[in-house]
Amino acid sequence: MMLAALEILTQANFWAAAIRIATPLIFGVLGALICERAGVLNLGIEGIFVAGAMSGWLAVYSGLPLWGGVAVAAGTGALFGLLHGVLTVPLGLSQHVTGLGITMLATSSTYFGYRVAFPNVSTPPRIEPFPPLHIPFLSELPFIGTVIGQQSAFTVLAFACVGAVAVLLARTPLGLAIRAVGDNPEAVEAQGLSVMGLRIGAVMAGSALMALGGAFLTLSAFNAFYFGMINGRGWVCIALTVFASWRPGKALIGALLFGALDAYQLRIQTIAGGVVPSQVFLMLPYLFSIAALVAVARRADYPRALMKPYFKGQR
Amino acid sequence: MIRFIPRERTPLWLSLAVPVGAGLAALLLTAIPLALAGAPVLRAFSLMAQGAAGSGFALAETLTRATPLIFTGLAAAVAFRARLWNIGGEGQLYAGALAAVAIGAGAITAPSWILLPMVLIGGALAGAALLLVPVLFKTRFGADEVVVTLLMNFVVMLFVQMMLEGPMKDEMALGWPQSAPLVDEAVLPRLFEGLRLHWGLVLAVVAAGLLHVFMSRTVWGFRIRAVGENARAARYAGVPVGASMALVGVLSGGLAGLAGASEVAGLKGYLTADLSPGFGYAGIVVATLANLSPLGVVPSAIFIAGVFVGADSMSRAIGVSNYLADLVVALALLCVLIGGLMTRFRIAIVHREIA
Amino acid sequence: MHSDPSRPDSGSPNSRPLVLSLAGITKRFGALTANNAISLDIHAGEIVALLGENGAGKTTLMSILFGHYVADEGTIHIADATGALVPLPGGSAEAALGAGIGMVHQHFALAENLTGYENIILGTVPLWRPGFGRAAARRKIAGLMRQSGLAVDLDIPVGRLSVGEQQRVEILKALYRDVRVLILDEPTAVLTPQEADGLADTVRRLAASGLAVIFISHKLHEVLALCERIVVLRGGAKVADRPALGASRALLAELMVGRPIPTRQRTAGHPGTSVLRLAEVDVGRPGERDRLTGASLDLRTGEIVGIAGVSGNGQGALAALVAGLQPARAGVVEIAGQAVGSGPRQRLAAGVGRIPEDRHRDGTVGALSVAENYVLETIAAPENQRGGFMKGRAIRERAAAAITAYDIRCPGPDVAIRSLSGGNMQKVVLARVLERAPRLILAHQPTRGLDIGATTDVHRRLLAARDRGAGVLLISEDLDELFALADRIAVIHAGHLSEALPAEGLDVRTVGLMMAGHAGEAA
Repeated sequence: MMLAALEILTQANFWAAAIRIATPLIFGVLGALICERAGVLNLGIEGIFVAGAMSGWLAVYSGLPLWGGVAVAAGTGALFGLLHGVLTVPLGLSQHVTGLGITMLATSSTYFGYRVAFPNVSTPPRIEPFPPLHIPFLSELPFIGTVIGQQSAFTVLAFACVGAVAVLLARTPLGLAIRAVGDNPEAVEAQGLSVMGLRIGAVMAGSALMALGGAFLTLSAFNAFYFGMINGRGWVCIALTVFASWRPGKALIGALLFGALDAYQLRIQTIAGGVVPSQVFLMLPYLFSIAALVAVARRADYPRALMKPYFKGQR
Repeated sequence: MIRFIPRERTPLWLSLAVPVGAGLAALLLTAIPLALAGAPVLRAFSLMAQGAAGSGFALAETLTRATPLIFTGLAAAVAFRARLWNIGGEGQLYAGALAAVAIGAGAITAPSWILLPMVLIGGALAGAALLLVPVLFKTRFGADEVVVTLLMNFVVMLFVQMMLEGPMKDEMALGWPQSAPLVDEAVLPRLFEGLRLHWGLVLAVVAAGLLHVFMSRTVWGFRIRAVGENARAARYAGVPVGASMALVGVLSGGLAGLAGASEVAGLKGYLTADLSPGFGYAGIVVATLANLSPLGVVPSAIFIAGVFVGADSMSRAIGVSNYLADLVVALALLCVLIGGLMTRFRIAIVHREIA
Repeated sequence: MHSDPSRPDSGSPNSRPLVLSLAGITKRFGALTANNAISLDIHAGEIVALLGENGAGKTTLMSILFGHYVADEGTIHIADATGALVPLPGGSAEAALGAGIGMVHQHFALAENLTGYENIILGTVPLWRPGFGRAAARRKIAGLMRQSGLAVDLDIPVGRLSVGEQQRVEILKALYRDVRVLILDEPTAVLTPQEADGLADTVRRLAASGLAVIFISHKLHEVLALCERIVVLRGGAKVADRPALGASRALLAELMVGRPIPTRQRTAGHPGTSVLRLAEVDVGRPGERDRLTGASLDLRTGEIVGIAGVSGNGQGALAALVAGLQPARAGVVEIAGQAVGSGPRQRLAAGVGRIPEDRHRDGTVGALSVAENYVLETIAAPENQRGGFMKGRAIRERAAAAITAYDIRCPGPDVAIRSLSGGNMQKVVLARVLERAPRLILAHQPTRGLDIGATTDVHRRLLAARDRGAGVLLISEDLDELFALADRIAVIHAGHLSEALPAEGLDVRTVGLMMAGHAGEAA
């Protein structure tokens, strides 16, 4: 049994699953990270995942191409981001409570909308999801080929976003301004830039990424929208953001680590399933997230202006 | 340009008008999705009102639904007052319910005047113990309690499912994952014959009154307020910050645990995994609507309960999804947050005061 | 700035071109007129001091100039590239920056997670342009550093620079934008006297190259040493605009306050028995910036010992130790001859009264009432509670008595303390501390941010407490304050506490050298 437990790690299928599970989290952590780097905690993430999952799926179901669905999801996320941004930045409302409100609003309006569109369906309607990835040469390789063959172009987008966000934050004037506004908004204001514009913009962009995390589930991992399919993934992303100390590279590592753990527990369940109740394994990802958060909490270098509303001319 | 001018004092009428206005605004905004769904908007609202308070029975249903919301609302109010962001009310509720079943479903045989308090206190202690973990993580390691309490909700739900499918499963329930029923001595009596309304409501209202006195009149309530408003200054002045936070954890978790115990002991009689349709999360809305005042929690919980009960009966009548209720609740939360600005600031519209 | 008052010798200001002209600036906030018809002309190469008490209208005027507020009346003109005066559109920081107005605030507007270089170019490059490491920008900054004499490492995060270095980044930031008018808001408050001298040299160089400098300060000797022209605001109006030549400190102080200031004769204390003894005390971990190593001190009843030093050199650790917030890692701490444990409550029980450095952050709970703040430290005492219930009426009555006794201007004991002015808030803290007749008083920057009236009041009460027999540990960055109050003065630098020497035998220069870490030269 020990051997079987170890053997899982050598299976290509396991690694393929790890990446598949990690992909929505990569989007979510990147999104949370951009918001928080600009000084805004976005607890709307859980609901924005739900809204992105359903809106992207619905767009494709109504005839849009898959990438059109991706764009619709991003737009939906940005809209909720705009609402969160307006409430927390110029109005300076509690980021905690507003974020929870956004999650409640996004979730309930999504569920309500879905029920209005499909009042009496017993099995959720399906779409044709993203096809498996095929990369010439790489796909022919034995182990890597299997891993790649179970991903889609949507996964590639996630990895590309890691690079793009990293470059944006580290190497562009815009990234500089975002990092500055999360550390000391006065520094940004004094240089003639708009704190409000930067923060709202960052929250919108971050929320669009979060929504992509949801859309991945309905457009790539599955082919339909289910109630409760997000199931805390958004909250996990908030924990992983602290774990990643707000760095895109570490965010990728954190998401992959989480994906691997989740994939591992799913597999080990089938081995130890008879002895240990399945719920014990299902708890592991949440417990892992809590442990990761507690482990880094002391050293966590929170953006200095995180959750501090800024009002012009008030110093 | 809009300017916010801080108020020194908030007139009482405004503190009362804001939540009422927010509730009405949320209902009005809901007209939009209702219309989009093709429902007759006016009829839907009238059905909601009737369903929530149109008859003695409807009112009793609303108050029954309000009972756990008062408890979770108080749990959120006391925690948020101390800036302890306990979003784990849902998990603590289930922990309380689980403890209630563990004690009251036959494990202990005792007369009602012993067993019933044991069930309730056990539920409260379970909720309190559950919240003490993230409080400890926060005070010892500086771990953000928001995420920890949120994630613990999922852990507790899985634990409850595990217990209901395993050790606590009722073998008589034909394979349904539910617990054995409470013994008669552990059941909270009904208030009126033929209605589901039970003594939990009285307990909840008494708890609100006691919490109000505690927070405003006692030394520990004073300390909690001081820690919540400015923990650094409180620590400087010699207020035991860690103990105050732990006390808040016990109170908040305990109240949320009572919500679960009272639902099991007063309403359901046994535990299932769908005991709470999100009472823990709705408690946050209740508390915010009440501006974190324990006394305000009671009417605020009744309003939210009315929305749920009314929307349920409306959706049965005209076939619109009852997720509408969640939508009203979410909108009410956001509206009261915006309205809260008016209690803290005078809002002046000026010509380019601050660019 | 205690160097010779040598001024850049140029012609009379009027022979130089006008760069900035304010005319009839008026700004009202409700019933309060913060600026009342202020007119001011600034010429190229001029160093103009802007003097005034807190609330005189300096900050409002500069905020209007910088676009944070819009004036209700009046106009601002600024010279354009050709030297012609053009109106400056109000209410836009961007317009002010673009027109060549730069400001270095007292609290730096720097992002600490960015490098100095990144802070400087922030906002000067279009946001969407990829990359920002432009060679031209580097060259320009290097040129500015040479020209102004401002040397600082621009490639490490600003958070790791010292306060003086951060200020240099702030000035470079303004110079990089080709400012023609540079506003310095209390620039020396955070510097040692020697660093302040360096800053003065820089300012003179910049003025010589044609920059107009507005120097906001309340340190009169600095103003007299550096500036050519002095403008004094009082109660929102301009009450003086005169050459520095021929002005005296007494005259300027009188102009600021509007009445003659009685010169106070310092009375000597009467030291008695030891009330606070530190022997070889360490506080804070090695590597922490604000820490204390091997500190020894003997404070007696009936005397005030002043601790001078630039903040961040261990004052925080010393204050935290005495206040009971941080334990000593090594060494002996005795209060009135008794070794006592750490903790705020233990300190209170030992008769220590504590006035924290930051009354908003540590001293008061803004949302609680004046009465509740008044009893914050003593809530568990029998006079404030019985059986865990607060004695609401008794507390309110005693708070009302304190409001009268300490002349606290507020509507009553039930208002939230955050609605009080800084001076009145500090009086509540003082009342709370002094009510218990403490034998040891920790006063950490007790007058920071207070106007002259409130400052005088705090000083009077501290001296009275000393004369009553209390030992006072006064930690201050303000040398004038230390020399006005302290019987003995010690200097703290880089975590080391010097011996406390009688104030009579010390002068500002010596203490300044010790503050900069040159103990040997001072001796």
